Amino acid sequence: MMKRLPIIVFACVMAAIPFIPGMPPFWIVLLDNIGLSALVAMGLVLLTGVGGLTSFGQAAFCGFGAYTTAVLATAYGVSPWLTLPLSLLVSGIAAVVLGLVTVRLSGHYLPLGTIAWGIGLFYLFSKLEFLGRNDGISGIPPLSIGSLRMLDPGTIYFAIWIAVLISALLTVNLLDSRTGRAIRALRRGHIAAEAFGVQTPRAKLLVFIYAAVLAGLSGWFYAHFERAVNPTPFGAQAGIEYLFIAVVGGAGYVWGGVLGAAIVVVLKEVLQSYLPYLFHGEGQLETIVFGILLVVLLQLAPTGVWPWLMTRLPFRPGRKRPDTSLVLPARARAAAAPSVLLEIDNARKQFGGVIAVNDVSFDVQAREIVALIGPNGAGKSTTFNLITGVLASSGGTISVLGRNIDRAPPQEVAKLGIARTFQHVKLVPDMTVLENVAIGAHLRGQAGALSSMFRLDRADEAKLLAEAARQIERVGLADQIDALAGSLSLGQQRIVEIARALCVDPILLLLDEPAAGLRHLEKQQLATLLRQLRDGGMSVLLVEHDMGFVMDLADRIVVLDFGTKIAEGTPQAIKTNPEVIKAYLGAVA
Amino acid sequence: MNTTIMLFLVQDGITNGAIYALLGLALVLVFAVTRVILIPQGEFVTYGALTYATLSAGQVPGSARLAVAMGVVAFGLDMFAGRRSLHLRLVGRALAVDIILPSIIFALTLWLAGRQTPIAINIALSLLIVAAIGLFLYRIAFQPIAHTSVLVLLIASVGCHLALQGFGLVFFGAEGQRGPPLSDAAFTVGALRFSGQSIAVYAITAAFIVGLWLFFGFTLYGKALRATAVNRLGARLVGIRTTLSGQIAFLLASVIGAISGILIVPITTLYYDTGFLIGLKGFVAAIIGGLVSYPLTAVAALVVGIVEAFSSFYASNFKEVIVFFLILPVLVLRSLAAPAVEEEKD
Repeated sequence: MMKRLPIIVFACVMAAIPFIPGMPPFWIVLLDNIGLSALVAMGLVLLTGVGGLTSFGQAAFCGFGAYTTAVLATAYGVSPWLTLPLSLLVSGIAAVVLGLVTVRLSGHYLPLGTIAWGIGLFYLFSKLEFLGRNDGISGIPPLSIGSLRMLDPGTIYFAIWIAVLISALLTVNLLDSRTGRAIRALRRGHIAAEAFGVQTPRAKLLVFIYAAVLAGLSGWFYAHFERAVNPTPFGAQAGIEYLFIAVVGGAGYVWGGVLGAAIVVVLKEVLQSYLPYLFHGEGQLETIVFGILLVVLLQLAPTGVWPWLMTRLPFRPGRKRPDTSLVLPARARAAAAPSVLLEIDNARKQFGGVIAVNDVSFDVQAREIVALIGPNGAGKSTTFNLITGVLASSGGTISVLGRNIDRAPPQEVAKLGIARTFQHVKLVPDMTVLENVAIGAHLRGQAGALSSMFRLDRADEAKLLAEAARQIERVGLADQIDALAGSLSLGQQRIVEIARALCVDPILLLLDEPAAGLRHLEKQQLATLLRQLRDGGMSVLLVEHDMGFVMDLADRIVVLDFGTKIAEGTPQAIKTNPEVIKAYLGAVA
Repeated sequence: MNTTIMLFLVQDGITNGAIYALLGLALVLVFAVTRVILIPQGEFVTYGALTYATLSAGQVPGSARLAVAMGVVAFGLDMFAGRRSLHLRLVGRALAVDIILPSIIFALTLWLAGRQTPIAINIALSLLIVAAIGLFLYRIAFQPIAHTSVLVLLIASVGCHLALQGFGLVFFGAEGQRGPPLSDAAFTVGALRFSGQSIAVYAITAAFIVGLWLFFGFTLYGKALRATAVNRLGARLVGIRTTLSGQIAFLLASVIGAISGILIVPITTLYYDTGFLIGLKGFVAAIIGGLVSYPLTAVAALVVGIVEAFSSFYASNFKEVIVFFLILPVLVLRSLAAPAVEEEKD
């Protein structure tokens, strides 16, 4: 349990702090506030730093949590412990409603949307009669266990920090799992993740709800800690501050959220108490310093303090090698496979006036390597995107094992056993090779978010990692298994993509320029591997520009030019086909 | 409700909507050129308005000092950035733009304060001060991180908003201010009274919309600015100076913001933090316009203004709630029309 040791030490230190003799009570209040902010920041880490969804509206979710318990405890006399699940539920439901609208937005619309509804909700809190309008609600009962009433900051301290620790552990567990890998892949765009069966809208909604529930928990604590709520701490300013906390700490790191909360809360306190002495001015001098610090920080250390701190540690956290003796059951497949795997009949794709794929027909048989070649812009990658469901075709039919997949989304195509690589490598650079490859096995695991958080997914997870490790070994990258994908050469990254595709346990492998960036020897190894795969019963459809490689490897070649199929045949026939020579070398003058 | 009330509400809505349109245009402009989502746009509004009001009251606005201070920082950054190839022309240019220009503005402000200056001079001076702040803001906060993602730029933008709003409180105090109107002329059509001020609002907004649309759609320089937004590297390769494009965009945005402020400060009392909310309503319009289309943004801004006017009549308590939630149905529509193929990220 070496991995847990720092956390246990941290927990012991936090537990001991209130018992230090002469500890000023004011410091305990600060620590309480740090814990409250850390809860929200942790959610933001998952949402923004890991999932890539920036939200300025988290403070509003704190508001949902705080007001729920405030109303129930004051107007209806419900026990605070009973309002806890309700507070979390209300925050979660609010997140579902807002999330369904928000998470599908791309890029900058998302943060802007969150600003808008964040402010809208703030005004809603401050105008609703039953929430006490601008004055809010006071006289909220404290938390109590038996006769212990958590009235002073020193007792609620334990409740808050236990919640912080548990939340941090659950979040770390979640990230280190099948669902976690799907979440971590979100930031790099949805196409790669969807090609391996990840339901990206669902994954985004999941992190959105998760972050909102953590914010709701913080709000619930806040209400019973301050014993009064008003709209101010749930406004736009607070939402901005939470994001600031996450960015300062290191938006991609769970513990960065805690560290960021500590830095910001302490800094704010220091600024508020000392700045007026320095400048003897009225006004919010601390906001000025805050704003300037934020800009300076982004220019100097955009990744935050936590990763900066971690690289300065004298020791490295070790990684456990997956136990490759575990076997992941093969994907369920049709009992009697017909000989034609993939059939493309008059497929067509038009972008406005451009016909990228013009009524192309060809098929891929079982145990066959088919190469799709043609000059740049011939429509090869577009054909791949049509097959894998990334693009919807404008006409014609594409079927796999006799089943029409014209309207199937990428996840469904992946379920049929079609795996692909990308012309422009789509790996998650800050995940290890093992984790990247394990995304390929996404559909072969079952563990969901909840079981991952409580570590009930370990058996499932070990099998997935074992399969990933086996495929990495198969493609010859066993030495790089723990390296970050972004640190590999481009050629190696392409091979990692192949290993990831193999994790699907595919019947058909679509490779988009797999040999680009490889050295001669590596190309030979790749060709050997692809032949082995074919002989093992897999089919391969590849796009490639290296003619030596293609002619040597392919059983059959399909040639496209300007979106139209101009030839099909064995490598020998294609080499001498006058149409092909014309397309590649130009017409003889 | 009778027709008169409705006409009043529409008129009120259009006046406010015109201001939102101006701000929405500035936001679209800055985003299109620099990819910065300009949250401090609202501060340009308050700075313009309150600088104008302070000048009209015969005092020296603190924003003039801020312009000088930011100029000094910008000069430092310019020198640091060019430290390997410091030649006389570069130093001279930096000195002129960063030090001498704001100093002259500051000297003018000091000299004019307390004298009976005509409104036109006060307006010109306010615009100069805010324009300098806008220019230096880009140089200091955004130029060094111009290549980063929209998200990083957005967070930096939030930082600038916090700092500028804090400075606003220091310079202009917590009390609201009003400025003298541009003209006292007024005429009535039926039941509606049109003040010279509101006519000015309409005219200036319309002029800016048409001007920007022509500039970006039909001039080489406008197209160069747009090219910068799409691909910085590509723009540089074809000889567009991307830093200059950014500075121009910020200059225009700050001037537009300041003009909006000066236009409304005679009509409503402005506080140091009012701009944020006004700017955000401009945002709602800009988002509805998809951050790309000027005419659509202008139309959306009018809708926002009219919705606001009507909701303040029917449900004044929930005015802001309604305006900010107006964005949600638009976001739903946009998400339904989301593109299938993603852009390469990072």
